[in-house]
Amino acid sequence: MNGFGGTILRINLETGDVKRTPTPESFAREWMGARGFVAKTLYDEVPRDADPLGPDNLFIMAPGVMTGAFAPCGSKIGFGCISPATNGHADSNMGGMLGAEVKYAGYDMVVFEKISPEPVYLYIDDDKIEIRPAGDYWGMGSLDLETRMKEDLGEDFQIATIGPAGENGVVFSCITHDFGRQAGRCGVGAVMGSKKLKAIAVRGTKTLPVHDVAAMTKSTYDIIQRTKPHPLMEPWQKYGTALFVGWANEHGCFPTRNFQTTFHDKWPEISGEKLAEEILVTHKACFGCWMNCGKYSVAKIPGKPDTYVEGPEYETIALCGGSCAMENIHHVAYANWLCDNLGLDTMSAGNTIGFAMECYEKGIITKDDLEGHELRWGNIDDFENVVKMIADRRGIGETLSYGTKGAAERLGHDTLAFASQSKGMEFSGYDTRWYSAQLLSYCTSDIGAHHNRSWAITADIQIGQDTPKGKAPVVIYLQHIRPLFDTWCCCRLFWGELDITPEEHVDTIQYLTGWDVTMEECMQVSEKIWNLTRAHYLERNGGPGKQFDVAPVRHLEEKIPSGPAEGHTVGRENFEYMLNDYYYNRGWDKNGHPTREVLEILGIGYAADNLEEAGLLGEPFEGGVPKVRGEKLKPKAM
Amino acid sequence: MKIKVTKENCTGCKLCQQICTIEHYGVVNPKMAAIRVTGEFPEPGVFTPKLCVQCGACARACPFDAIERRDDKVYVINPETCTNCGVCVEACPFDVMFTHPDAPTPIKCDMCLKCTEVCNTGALTVEE
Repeated sequence: MNGFGGTILRINLETGDVKRTPTPESFAREWMGARGFVAKTLYDEVPRDADPLGPDNLFIMAPGVMTGAFAPCGSKIGFGCISPATNGHADSNMGGMLGAEVKYAGYDMVVFEKISPEPVYLYIDDDKIEIRPAGDYWGMGSLDLETRMKEDLGEDFQIATIGPAGENGVVFSCITHDFGRQAGRCGVGAVMGSKKLKAIAVRGTKTLPVHDVAAMTKSTYDIIQRTKPHPLMEPWQKYGTALFVGWANEHGCFPTRNFQTTFHDKWPEISGEKLAEEILVTHKACFGCWMNCGKYSVAKIPGKPDTYVEGPEYETIALCGGSCAMENIHHVAYANWLCDNLGLDTMSAGNTIGFAMECYEKGIITKDDLEGHELRWGNIDDFENVVKMIADRRGIGETLSYGTKGAAERLGHDTLAFASQSKGMEFSGYDTRWYSAQLLSYCTSDIGAHHNRSWAITADIQIGQDTPKGKAPVVIYLQHIRPLFDTWCCCRLFWGELDITPEEHVDTIQYLTGWDVTMEECMQVSEKIWNLTRAHYLERNGGPGKQFDVAPVRHLEEKIPSGPAEGHTVGRENFEYMLNDYYYNRGWDKNGHPTREVLEILGIGYAADNLEEAGLLGEPFEGGVPKVRGEKLKPKAM
Repeated sequence: MKIKVTKENCTGCKLCQQICTIEHYGVVNPKMAAIRVTGEFPEPGVFTPKLCVQCGACARACPFDAIERRDDKVYVINPETCTNCGVCVEACPFDVMFTHPDAPTPIKCDMCLKCTEVCNTGALTVEE
């Protein structure tokens, strides 16, 4: 089969059995890779009552159709499981070099089953597969271990690791690769750790089979030449995503002091410009990317060791920086390094620590909970103390290891009101009180509040920031656009920033595979994934679904106290309007349950059968579900 | 004419390795490239694209005279006479001749310059 590695691996970590099966072309075409492969496999195979950190959860690694090809940044690889943070479908992906290496070794998906009796790592050298002991590696930091494994195995192995947080089951643990690329969200690192799988090492030297190499090469070569002079190329190359720190502040959506406000008056001190000026070591790209948004930096703080880290990127600056009120780029980079080496998602960790800082400010968390330390806004020593407590699950760190929702449930004192999360996963680095479509995006997301499920900030600006009308169909469209990149496994930034169209990617997939695939077909795959993961979530968590699509009180009721967005909030009525509009436009009933009609249109009638059996199937629509579900915002959807 | 390497501009994207293999073998497999990007991480955090400087040590070492100097002073492997014995690879003072099980001969830069066309950071440029 062209465009794919050709083999699916199944590894039973309890018995050590390794099973190889050819990747069925029908499966590959129907689900395209990564997020699609993960969604279908988890839906079909994980028992609905499986404990996310228990033996019946699966842990999956899968590149996509464009990974490893000469395609616009075909670098991505997805990871999936049931999330310990949300108890729903989880997938999280990363760039770097690992995905391509897995494809060159010949694999389209690796499914880990059960739990190993001892710490292990997976060794893949083309056809040679070994489950090797990792007792010596257990306990090591993610970055420290990658350094060690490169020494042990060789520079040409690509390595993915977890840190102590993943070993200890912190629900926002990540997987780290290439000294700073992370599959950060959903707690995929905790599930990897629950299986006693400390690392994955891969070397692949095979040729990727391609249907029409000449056409693929010409297309990508032409796109490279066309986009080199793009006006956004230079700023992206210079600053990466950190470019947005100023923009987010000027637009009143920069989370500051645990989302208390949305403008950080010291933002220039933690901006992309400051990063480039003070701490940049080198620009760093993912495989096949000519925009190099990655920034590799060194944090120099008196009294602490110099620390090298990839980043900080925008989300880290927003959440470890703004939300924790940091005022120094070295401190943000050091916080980034701490999270990376401990194996924590910088987004959820920053958000959770900002939340804890507010609890400390309010006297809900005290020095007694912090082993005698304080937890002051903007204090890097306090950040260091608490982040280590979280990774070790010591003291208050145990409470915080469940994320903001789990911590709020344990702390009480109405702290849930200022926990910026949805479904148990923390908000990304965008406050939503002046951006209602973004709030709807967070709250309807299958994996919880993650901007990559739908980034609607500019859509809010275009439609009008003070109206709830017209937001839902656009969010649905964005929620269908995004899975394209997560299944194809090319970087979405080329679409968002360099005007490379999804249609051009479809052409590339045609050259790669020889399939007569169309944009319409791909969009249907996206909608199918979205409905399948919704059905999965409901089957695991029960109904009504609407009870899970909720926004934090802070984002519904509290008015922003300062900055460009002062005085704004979404309001309960507006949120309710958008949510109902959303359900209708998806072909879901008023409880947020997919109807049989929409599931059958998408070819997943089996999900309707399962929902019906569980009493969770949506009530049929009078007059049928909307024919077109989702609306592209002109002229440019993002 | 030569390819100038400015390693501080290299971002490690490996587009050069991809286009090199496509140009010379018509396949997607960066492990068959005549250029290699290596990284020194976590410290000092530097990428280095490694490729042939056309010094000719390989040609002098070849027991079959299978590496010829073109008029433009570029050394190229003659696949007709090369036996893939690997002596040139051993002799290369810069470790920039590579091997791969799918390649019929050692892999060496022939100055096609394709890598300089896709590089977007100025790490690989053409110097007259």
